[in-house]
Amino acid sequence: MPEREGNLEALGSLIHGFGVLADPMNIAYMFIGITLGVLIGVLPGLGGANGVAILLPLTFSMSPTSAIIMLSCIYWGALFGGAITSVLFNIPGEPWSVATTFDGHPMAQKGHAGEALTAAFTSSFFGAFVAVLLITFLAPVIAGFALRFGPAEFFAVQLLTFCSFVGMGSESPFKVLCAMMLGFALAAVGLDSVTGELRMTFGSVELLRGFDFLIAVIGLFGIGEILLTMEEGLAFKGKSAKINAKVVWETWKSLPRYWVTAIRGSIVGCWMGITPGGATPASFMSYGLAKRFSKNRQNFGNGEVEGVVAPETAAHAAGTSALLPMLTLGIPGSPTAAVLLGGLLIWGLQPGPLLFVEQKEFVWGLIASMYLGNIAGLIVVLTTVPVFASILRIPFSIIAPVIVVICAVGAYTVHNAFLDIVMMLVFGVVGYVFKKLSYPLAPLVLALVLGDMAESSFRQAMLVSQGDLAIFWSNPLVGSIVTLALVMLFWPLISALLRKRQSRQDGGTQVMPVK
Amino acid sequence: MEHGTQNSDPVVSNRTMEIVVAGLFALVALVVMADSIRVGNGWGADGPKAGYFPFYVGLIMLVSSLATLAVNIWRHSGERTAFVEKHQLALVLQVLVPSVVFVILTAFLGIYLSAMLFIAFFMHWVGKYPIKTILPVAILVPAGLFVMFEIWFLVPLPKGPVETMLGF
Repeated sequence: MPEREGNLEALGSLIHGFGVLADPMNIAYMFIGITLGVLIGVLPGLGGANGVAILLPLTFSMSPTSAIIMLSCIYWGALFGGAITSVLFNIPGEPWSVATTFDGHPMAQKGHAGEALTAAFTSSFFGAFVAVLLITFLAPVIAGFALRFGPAEFFAVQLLTFCSFVGMGSESPFKVLCAMMLGFALAAVGLDSVTGELRMTFGSVELLRGFDFLIAVIGLFGIGEILLTMEEGLAFKGKSAKINAKVVWETWKSLPRYWVTAIRGSIVGCWMGITPGGATPASFMSYGLAKRFSKNRQNFGNGEVEGVVAPETAAHAAGTSALLPMLTLGIPGSPTAAVLLGGLLIWGLQPGPLLFVEQKEFVWGLIASMYLGNIAGLIVVLTTVPVFASILRIPFSIIAPVIVVICAVGAYTVHNAFLDIVMMLVFGVVGYVFKKLSYPLAPLVLALVLGDMAESSFRQAMLVSQGDLAIFWSNPLVGSIVTLALVMLFWPLISALLRKRQSRQDGGTQVMPVK
Repeated sequence: MEHGTQNSDPVVSNRTMEIVVAGLFALVALVVMADSIRVGNGWGADGPKAGYFPFYVGLIMLVSSLATLAVNIWRHSGERTAFVEKHQLALVLQVLVPSVVFVILTAFLGIYLSAMLFIAFFMHWVGKYPIKTILPVAILVPAGLFVMFEIWFLVPLPKGPVETMLGF
C-alpha cells in the first residue's frame, strides 16, 4: 500500500516540521508577521502581494525558514485583514473580500458586526485549514510525480496556468492576453541567459538588469491602488466593532449549521487556488453557489451569516492552496504566491519537486507554520479588531503619503537602485489605467515572474524535439495537459457557442449571468 | 464616496482611452517583434535563437491588442461613459504630482528628508491639518523608518547631505 506509506511519511515529516517551529524566535516572527499582515490587509494600497514585496528585503538577514514563516504569516494576516474592512466599512481591503461585503456589511449595520467578524474569521480559518490539509497530503505526491517531468511537461503546466487566466477570468480574453504578453515581454528584457544576447535594452545600461517583478508589484498594486482610492474620494465611515468572548462563543455555536456551505466553499477555493483562478473568483463563485442552494436565499444581501461564511472559506482556501503548485512545481497560483516564490529564489531555494527532496526541513517547517500561523491569525484578529478598526479611521490624507513613502522604500531596497523608485511610479500609473480599463494585473505579474522559466522550458523542449511542436503531444501526460490548456484558452469561445446553442434549444430562456 | 454623486465633465471617454491603450499595446508589440527579429527569431546552430520566444510573445500581443482596438472602434458604447471626470483627475493628480516631486527630491535630499517634506506638504495641502497634527506624523514616520531600516535591519536607504552632516 504505497499510498498509506506516503501519508505516514507526510505525517512524520510534518511532526518534524513542528519541531522546526519550536524555536521561540520563529514563533515570534509568526506573530509579528500576522500583525503586520492584518495591518497591510486593512490599509488601502497595501495588499498581500505588495506588502510581502515591500517587506521581503527586511528578511534577507534571517534564515530562509524564519523568513518564509514570517512572510507567509504576513500573507495569512492580509487574508484575515481584508474581512475587517469589508464588514465594518463596506470597503473590501482586498479584491477577494468584495463578496464578503454583500452580507457582512448589512450585518454590521444591524449591529451584528461582532457576529459577522467572528463568522468571517472562523470560516477563513476553516477554509485555510482544509487547504493546508490538502497541501500536507497532496504536495509530496505531486512533487514526487513531478520529479519525472521533462521540459515539455513543465512548459505544459505553465501553459495551463496561463491559459486558465484566459478561460476563468471575467475580463475580455484579449485584454488578459495583452496584459500577460506584456509581462512576458518585460521578463525578456535584459541579458538572455542562454545565448548571452542583449534583448530590448536599446543600449541602456539600466535596462540590462531587466525588470524586477517586485518593483512592478509594488507599483501596480500599491501606487495604482492609492490613485484609485484617491479618485473615489473615499471617506471611511465605519461601524464600530465590539467583539467579546460571549459574542464569539454564541457565533461559534451557530456556525456548525453551515457545514455544507463551508465545505463547498473550501472545495471551490482549493480548486480555484491550485488552478490559478485565484481567491477572488473563488469567493464570488462560492457566494453564488451558497445563495442558490440556501434555504434562506431571499435573505442573502441583507445580512445572512451564510453569505459571510461562503466567500470567506473559499477565499482563504484559494489563498492557501495557491501555495501548493508554487511549492511543488515552482508555479505560483496567485500574485502573492509569486512574490513568495521570488523570495525563495533570492534565498537560493529553487521551488519545484526537488525542494521536497533537498530542503525537507524548510518545506515541512513552512507547512507546519501554515497550521500554527492560521491558529495564531485567528487569535490575533479576534483580539485586536478594535485596534485595527481605529487605524482605518485615520484620514486618507495622512495614510496616502505615508503609504507612498513606504512603497518607495520597498522599491528602493530590492536592488538599492534609485531608478527602481521611478519605475515604481510608472508602474503605478500603468496599474491605475489598467484597473480602470479592466486589464487584469495578476497574469501580468505571473508572466513577469515565470517568463524566464517558461521560456527556458519551452526552448529546452524545442531543443529535444528539434523544433517540432509535436513533442507537446508525445505522451499521454503532456498531451492531456496541453489539450486541457488549449480548452482553457478557447473557453470563452467555447462557452459562448454552447450558450448560443442552449438558448436556441430553450427558445431563448434566461441564461445564468456569469457574474 | 463624497464626490460620487457630484457630476462633472468627463476629461476623456472610456472609448478613447481603450483605443489609446490598445494602440500603445500594439506599438509595444511591434517593438518587441522588431527587436526579436534583430537578435534572430529563428533557429540557430545551437537551437532556438534569443528572439525565438519573444517574437511569438510580441505576435500574440499584437493580435490581441488589434482585436481590442477593433472592438472599440466598432462599438461606440464606451463613448458616453467617462474614463475619468475632471474632479477625479484633479484628485488623482493631487497624489501623483507630489509623489513625483517626492521621488525627484529623494535623489537630492535622501529619502528621509523628502518623506518628511512630502508628508507635511500633503497633510497641509490636501488634509488642511493644523501644524500641531502635521509635525508629529511628518517627523515620526521618517524617524521610525530610519530606526527600522538603518539601525534594526541594517538596510541602507538613500541619504542626502543632511544625514551626511549628522554623521550617517
